[in-house]
Amino acid sequence: MPLWLLVVVKSAFLLFVVVTTFAYAMLAERKVLAWMQLRPGPNRVGPWGLLQPAADAAKMLFKEDLTPATADPLMYRFAPWLSMITAMAVFAVIPFSESDAGLWSIGDVNAGILVIFALTSLGIYGISLAGWSSGSKYPLLGSLRSTAQMISYELAMTLSVVGVLILAGTTSLVGIVHAQNKLWFVVPQLAGFLIFIVTAVAETNRAPFDLVEAETELVGGFHTEYSGLRFGLFFIAEYLNMITVACITTLLFFGGWNPPFGLAIVPGIFWFVLKAGFVLFIYIWLRATLPRLRYDRLMAFGWKVLLPLATLNLMATAAIVAWTG
Amino acid sequence: MTLFWVLAILLIATAVFTISQRSPVYSVVGLLANFVVLATLYLTLDAEFIFIMQIIVYAGAILVLFVFVINLLSAGTGPISEGPNRMPRALVPAVLVTLAGFGFLVVGLARGPLGILPPHVATSRMGEVGQAGVFGSVADFGVALFSAHLLPFEITAFILMVAVVGVVVLASDAAPAPTHGHHLKRGTQKREPILKAER
Repeated sequence: MPLWLLVVVKSAFLLFVVVTTFAYAMLAERKVLAWMQLRPGPNRVGPWGLLQPAADAAKMLFKEDLTPATADPLMYRFAPWLSMITAMAVFAVIPFSESDAGLWSIGDVNAGILVIFALTSLGIYGISLAGWSSGSKYPLLGSLRSTAQMISYELAMTLSVVGVLILAGTTSLVGIVHAQNKLWFVVPQLAGFLIFIVTAVAETNRAPFDLVEAETELVGGFHTEYSGLRFGLFFIAEYLNMITVACITTLLFFGGWNPPFGLAIVPGIFWFVLKAGFVLFIYIWLRATLPRLRYDRLMAFGWKVLLPLATLNLMATAAIVAWTG
Repeated sequence: MTLFWVLAILLIATAVFTISQRSPVYSVVGLLANFVVLATLYLTLDAEFIFIMQIIVYAGAILVLFVFVINLLSAGTGPISEGPNRMPRALVPAVLVTLAGFGFLVVGLARGPLGILPPHVATSRMGEVGQAGVFGSVADFGVALFSAHLLPFEITAFILMVAVVGVVVLASDAAPAPTHGHHLKRGTQKREPILKAER
């Protein structure tokens, strides 16, 4: 099989898996939220509501697709695709298990973690352009908030990861996982892990940092004017970004596909999925538990607490590594 | 080589698109495409790290701020109204500066070590790129930056620091309040703080 065909087949399969994961992550979110709030949750479509995602998708497809008269038509159509493509492209460099001959990843790029940051930083344009091109007030305010928030938290997030890179001595995701064979980085980099998880939740615009779509004040934020399939694209992109964060957290802090307690009989992909699923559960847990932050407190927290803490963590890690060699 | 020409034509096309748009947001999107094409050009030269930095720093950070400011200042999606035609006045200086820049580039390339580029340019696979000891890898870039080019690196950092301090000074309350506006007749009126941190 030629290389390009292999890449195409693997990409198609991976996208199928990722989009299915999205569908059931959404269902799981509604179920877990319902469970935490003592109500049944979706339970009408299929057993335990298992066919709910399919019903949602059908509804999304047949909804009328509106474009406001004040919108910039070209950019209005372009923005959701930009969000979606950057969210999907990230999965090309994520390794899911120990790869003999690159079975469990599409591209094992040497600077893998940097490629992920590059692609996710492009994702801001989708939200920003969507808010501008809608040509109405709520989307514009929502996208301005989101852009400011994502730029601010991106700094602390990147800095919190550098500690891991120093310990691992490489930017390759496979290399970082190999460096955690003995000890997961969540132990020596506990501060970095906590900063990363907080900033990652803010980067994906999820509760309690979901000021972008604060429905009590901004209707739906940047996607107020979007309906039907175009709204669906933003929705999928948000969940794909959550799944990406779950994968990165697993790779950087939870030892990737390394089994806990030396349980090497079970294949690595199982552990990877389990750990990523745990991170996704944390996302839902946070949403069920915490109220939304006020905007000025959010910015102050990012710049005055998280960024200095991340810098301190980086300097301490560098000093210790330099001291012990 | 075909790839180079495709990228080169795209690069120039996106640059022309950037400066020919009436709407500033379209210009930014053109510039974004320009940066991505330029980054891809770096990738064909095996400079993996420069490729990523071009995207993270320019496309992911600086240009996002452009969009932010445009969104903040120009509400509405209509194009900017046409201003006075500045072309006749700007034509001669622009052509001179462009020719001078091109001249410097040609002279620099003619004197520089052209032969050090790896022969497998644009043919290598992603997996081989960026390993230690290969041109343009993260490790080699870091070693070069912190050994041979440490002084220019530190000086650049210092100059950027000066710019940041300058912005803080300009935005701080120490700057004299504008007195020409009729809503600020007394001139001593304290203006609204710009930065959150001042409150």
